[in-house]
Amino acid sequence: MNIENQQNLLQVEGLRTVFETRAGTVCAVDGVNVTVRRGECLGVVGESGSGKSVTFGSVMGLIRSPGRIDAGRILFDGKDLRELDARQMRAIRGRDIAMTMQDALTALNPALTVGEQLAEVMEAHDGDLPTGRSARKRAIRERSAEMLGLVGIPSPDTRLRQYPHEFSGGMRQRIMIAIALASRPRLLIADEPTTALDVTIQAQVLELISDIRAKLGMSVVLITHDLGVVSEYCDRVMVMYAGQIVEQGATADVVCRPKHPYTKGLLGSLPRLSLRGQAINPIEGQVPELINLPKQCRFYSRCRERAPECLQVIGMQDAGNGQFARCIRVKGEDIK
Amino acid sequence: MSGTAEAAPLISVENLEKAYLGRLSIADRLTGRTHTVVQAVNGVSFDIKRGEILGLIGESGCGKSTLGRSILRLQEPTAGRVTFDGQDVTALSPSEMKAMRRRMQIIFQDPYASLNPRRTVAEIVGLPLQLHGLAKTASEARDLVAEIVAKVGLKTAHMDRYPHQFSGGQRQRIGIARALVSHPEFIVCDEPVSALDVSIQAQIIQLLMDLRREMGLTYLFISHDISVIGYLSDRVAVMYLGEIVELGTVDAVLSNPRHPYTQSLMSAVPEVDNPGQRQRVRLTGDLPSPLSPPSGCKFHPRCPLATDVCRTSVPKPESVGANHTAACHRLAENLSLLETEPA
Amino acid sequence: MTAVMREGEAVANTAAAEESIFRRNLHSFAENRLALGSAIVVLLFVLMAIFAPLIAPHDPAETDLFRRLQPPAWMPGGEWSYLLGCDALGRDILSRIIYGARISIFIGAAVVMVATTIGIMAGLAAGYFRGWVDVLISRVVDILLGFPYLIFAIGLMAMMGPGLINIILALVYKEWVIPCRVVRGETLVTRELEYVEAARALGASGKHIMLREILPNILSPVIVVSTIRMAHVIILEASLSFLGLGVQPPTASWGAMVADGRAFILQAWWVSTFPGVAILLLVLAINVASQGLRDAFDPRFHE
Repeated sequence: MNIENQQNLLQVEGLRTVFETRAGTVCAVDGVNVTVRRGECLGVVGESGSGKSVTFGSVMGLIRSPGRIDAGRILFDGKDLRELDARQMRAIRGRDIAMTMQDALTALNPALTVGEQLAEVMEAHDGDLPTGRSARKRAIRERSAEMLGLVGIPSPDTRLRQYPHEFSGGMRQRIMIAIALASRPRLLIADEPTTALDVTIQAQVLELISDIRAKLGMSVVLITHDLGVVSEYCDRVMVMYAGQIVEQGATADVVCRPKHPYTKGLLGSLPRLSLRGQAINPIEGQVPELINLPKQCRFYSRCRERAPECLQVIGMQDAGNGQFARCIRVKGEDIK
Repeated sequence: MSGTAEAAPLISVENLEKAYLGRLSIADRLTGRTHTVVQAVNGVSFDIKRGEILGLIGESGCGKSTLGRSILRLQEPTAGRVTFDGQDVTALSPSEMKAMRRRMQIIFQDPYASLNPRRTVAEIVGLPLQLHGLAKTASEARDLVAEIVAKVGLKTAHMDRYPHQFSGGQRQRIGIARALVSHPEFIVCDEPVSALDVSIQAQIIQLLMDLRREMGLTYLFISHDISVIGYLSDRVAVMYLGEIVELGTVDAVLSNPRHPYTQSLMSAVPEVDNPGQRQRVRLTGDLPSPLSPPSGCKFHPRCPLATDVCRTSVPKPESVGANHTAACHRLAENLSLLETEPA
Repeated sequence: MTAVMREGEAVANTAAAEESIFRRNLHSFAENRLALGSAIVVLLFVLMAIFAPLIAPHDPAETDLFRRLQPPAWMPGGEWSYLLGCDALGRDILSRIIYGARISIFIGAAVVMVATTIGIMAGLAAGYFRGWVDVLISRVVDILLGFPYLIFAIGLMAMMGPGLINIILALVYKEWVIPCRVVRGETLVTRELEYVEAARALGASGKHIMLREILPNILSPVIVVSTIRMAHVIILEASLSFLGLGVQPPTASWGAMVADGRAFILQAWWVSTFPGVAILLLVLAINVASQGLRDAFDPRFHE
């Protein structure tokens, strides 16, 4: 058990994040357990409202009123992040854990040049900068140019002096990755890094993240709605639905042998070139509202395989080989 | 398929162009500077047969949406001709055009921006009936609206609700109902599923396919998602910087892509099947700015096969098989990026 | 961060879907205590203006030279039936303030309404048609903005002569520019939205698009701006009256009342002070209430 914990860089246990609204308490994340091992790439798949962004927003300490973390432990390298004060959290955020946002245009400060934004991160988090003022400045400039080079931006020296709006969408996403990587984090959380990008650019950005992961030996959490992206770039995957994890395991297992009807449905509803002419099988219905959810399988109303036994609280079931699914049809032991 | 091939096309687009003029300030005018021109659509030609789905694929900024809107004259084309059912749409007077709008419609990408937030579903969907006088009485209009609302899979009991009370997928259904209530023949689907979640995407695709069959519709289906296009189209047009670089039946284009851009596009799509086993063509650089498009073949700065010819002369579309054309200087050499670069 | 919050919001929004946007806005306005209190103050002034003949203890024009500059009730020589004292002609100040509210509020409301109507029409035309229409309207707007407001109004009043209608006209001449600029800006944004394009695709006319598709969606910010402007207009009217260019005596007007008391400010401070306080109170209340309105109704200020 101890050895296993050593391998885990991030361990989230029983996370519950709620948002207070006039209509009631919305439970956006309900009892989520996540482990991210050192050096691995974990894919997190889910549709909007599944709680995938809120889960990692909670890890980053980005949940603000009307939202709050209701329960759970967030262990990063053995430390519980929830017990840290704001200053300690700031030190971890950005230095040890970095996050990139889906919308690079709004996530970058339009009033500062790219170089200034990179320098800000380095000033705040890099301990090995020289102490002399001019030496420090030079070191920061060199390192910034190196970061831009690393993310594949040509002529980094001139680009450092430009503002975010002078870059294209793909370039901005890379700049955000460069800023996220400037402090050499041990964990990169990439929230839909390619959703706003075209496929040819998407491939470039994802390959860049993979290359850097290999080079710096960091762990990556890739939040996406695209199962194709997950199957090409992630070692393990967790599928979220209505605030819960419904399935997790090695990517190849989950994608080729899905156990949960929702995962099956997602895979079945992908229009694929190879399925031309065949009818696609969409999942019927809508994601349930996350208020006053009945104590039953949350996918029940949309499930093709539902049964009366599903109308109870269902735990994750072990499907063997490290694959788990929240479905009674999975034969195996109930692991609570 | 062979029977319809001889029929006259429903839509015929010939050398369509749409250019935007940059704004000139007074200082520019005084110094005699000329307008900067953005050629969003540059000499595009194709036909769509009745009942066919033509998929139009391209990356953002390639001019595919502008092309769709120019065909409907939502943006006035600067040159070229669009013929709809034998009538030259580009030559119609405003009143004739208004009547024509009943027969050609558009479904938008953004289910949030495309519905007026202050109108109820009944008002939104009923607007075409009101504008074209298609219902004699208010109750007849309501019945027609209820009929189409039910057909797109919404509850008629929800007709008096406002758009914000619906989810993204349901809103897209409202947009589809609005486009179909006047029983048009031709629909431009401008990325109708890109803003939706995967499971909802499949529902809407299924709905569009069902409606086409039931109502005998013809689609120009615009998307950046090659899987969606490949799944539902009969023929595909690939667009790059305002020009169509490859056009043909889905089978021809997607199983035997001849233009290097199509090839790289196909190799970039991450697919669930056989991850990692496909060869990948790595394109370098971004889409160039349409303000200063490259000379010659517009793809040459990113093309791994580019030669001196490509930098200077513009390739013309050539036939590379039955119902399959591509515009590339190096077609004859029969090169394929997919084969030349090992994984 | 924004994405995280957005997902949370999306969840919250579907939950609150049954509640209409308007009611939600109204609710958040009501939660703002200060704004609500100010709105009540404004309402009291309006009620006071409407029911002036019933509330006022005396005829505002009735002079009584024996009560010339009589001090407020709580000072030696004061009388409780003349609560705030009397002016140089022995008229009851409280009654004159109550009647003066009619002038201030009527002129303020009339100017803002007329100006907003003109501004909406001009702004819609400029923003929707663009091109030379926009150039023409925008140039006129720029030129009018170049004049100092008060001097412009004084000049117009001097040309047209005093009078209620003339004051309204003099203020509207320039006031419409403000809503016009707001409407033009909002129209430029809204006309590019897909639902407007959808209406065009369906064959809708320009008139239909401007009045039925665009206008209802830009009305909130316009109303907010108009209420803020009403406070300005009330001050301007008071300034004109103070300079003797407003409504003519014996009609009571706050600005004129302040001016009347100027000569006796050392012996009888109350003659100028109380109407001054009335102006301050009403303008302050309108400003605070309209800012609450802006916070509640203009989504850009939602944080």
